[in-house]
Amino acid sequence: MGLLVQDKDIVVPGQELAEGMDYLPSTDVLREKDKLVSMKVGLVSINNRFVKVVSLSGKYLPKREDIVIGRVSSIGLSGWRVDFGWPFEANISVRDAVAEFIEKTADLSKYFAIGDWVLAQITNVAGGGKIIDLSMRGPSVRKLGPGRLLRVTSAKVPRVIGKQGSMISLIKDATQCKISVGQNGFVWLSGEDPAMEAIAVHAIEKIEAESHISGLTDRMKAFLDAAVGVKA
Amino acid sequence: MVYTQRFDGRKFDECRPMSAKVGVVERATGSAMFRIGKTYAVAAVYGPRGFYPQALANPTRGVLRCNYNMMAFSGAGERVRPGPSRRSKEISLVTEKALAPVLDLTGFPGTVVDVFIELIQTDAGTRCAGICAAAMALADAGIPMKDLVSSVAVGRIGGKIVLDLSKEEEDHPEGATDVAVAMSTRMNTINLLQMDGEISAEELKEALVLVKKGCEQIKQVQIKALREKYQQEAKHE
Repeated sequence: MGLLVQDKDIVVPGQELAEGMDYLPSTDVLREKDKLVSMKVGLVSINNRFVKVVSLSGKYLPKREDIVIGRVSSIGLSGWRVDFGWPFEANISVRDAVAEFIEKTADLSKYFAIGDWVLAQITNVAGGGKIIDLSMRGPSVRKLGPGRLLRVTSAKVPRVIGKQGSMISLIKDATQCKISVGQNGFVWLSGEDPAMEAIAVHAIEKIEAESHISGLTDRMKAFLDAAVGVKA
Repeated sequence: MVYTQRFDGRKFDECRPMSAKVGVVERATGSAMFRIGKTYAVAAVYGPRGFYPQALANPTRGVLRCNYNMMAFSGAGERVRPGPSRRSKEISLVTEKALAPVLDLTGFPGTVVDVFIELIQTDAGTRCAGICAAAMALADAGIPMKDLVSSVAVGRIGGKIVLDLSKEEEDHPEGATDVAVAMSTRMNTINLLQMDGEISAEELKEALVLVKKGCEQIKQVQIKALREKYQQEAKHE
């Protein structure tokens, strides 16, 4: 009876995590009779009586309040459709797009044209992911200007951002680039100096490739110091 | 004639040497390689992604779509004609049916999860190797699963029940019975059972005991491969 695994253990689908009724299933954990079973490859996280598995792989799954980067794919009568790498397009309604009042007959492409990239926040996920609403109101969300766009595996996004944004500020400070990371794995960056932009791109690619080797922060610091030093 | 010693010297209840690796196709959502003896299978999973034409999609849950393919050079010398055949379509279908019971695709309505299984080298037991690789690839792709699926063949040669037949054994002059089985060992379910030949009810029962033992061994190989990929990444979370 009780727990069969420890906090932070790696588990695989079908692995039994706990026996008996003392523990409750949370995200990606299934109760089968008196057993708790993992449904994904991931890390066990135990919070009081709740057992959940933090997935380490797979596609980005949209969640409320996530900030994502997407491309405006079409314009409707009352809003925009945005493709952000999910099987279904998201919707930005006129109401959630800009602070100013938009006339019913206004040309919506004045605000966001087809092909524009936006940083937006998910406000609603419904219908099993078929209906997704985005908002362009709030801090940090905006239309993205000229810059570079990269794609990283969404499972690596936490490593690119780092603890409390430590990794991303490291790159921003070293290269003086503006960088926005979407939870869906898109990264937008823009800098005054193309050479610095290239260093930032390289740095993000390096994080994605080497995130599993220990001492990442120190290595990134050394890499950025060397790369920026050579440039200066 | 009684089959007293196996061609490759294995015990009657012994699988061929196995190895597995997860994450072999970098651009796929999830992927894996599974080898048993001289049979090599590679599986790549893409999705969940949009299902077109949308009329074929299921509005309440995601759909699993498998594609099994033997590469042209994979056989024993004769070229395998590329493209779908009667046989590969059947195996694609039974692979889908073997994997579907463990998957929970209710979270992805209207989408499809594509599984491509390629056999690089074949020496009997290809559908089983394909299922083993696909199960790992689906786990690597982060698709919710109630259990892994492991698969191995069992058979009867000259009155002897043997586990994991090689091609040489399948073509035994005495005639061999070949039963491909896929199991989810935790749930204790049989997800696939296909037979070619004759076997008595008692012998089949005996064979299924062997299969369960084989599947449990295979599952350990699958778990080890999955852990190997994620162990290092997890250390630094």
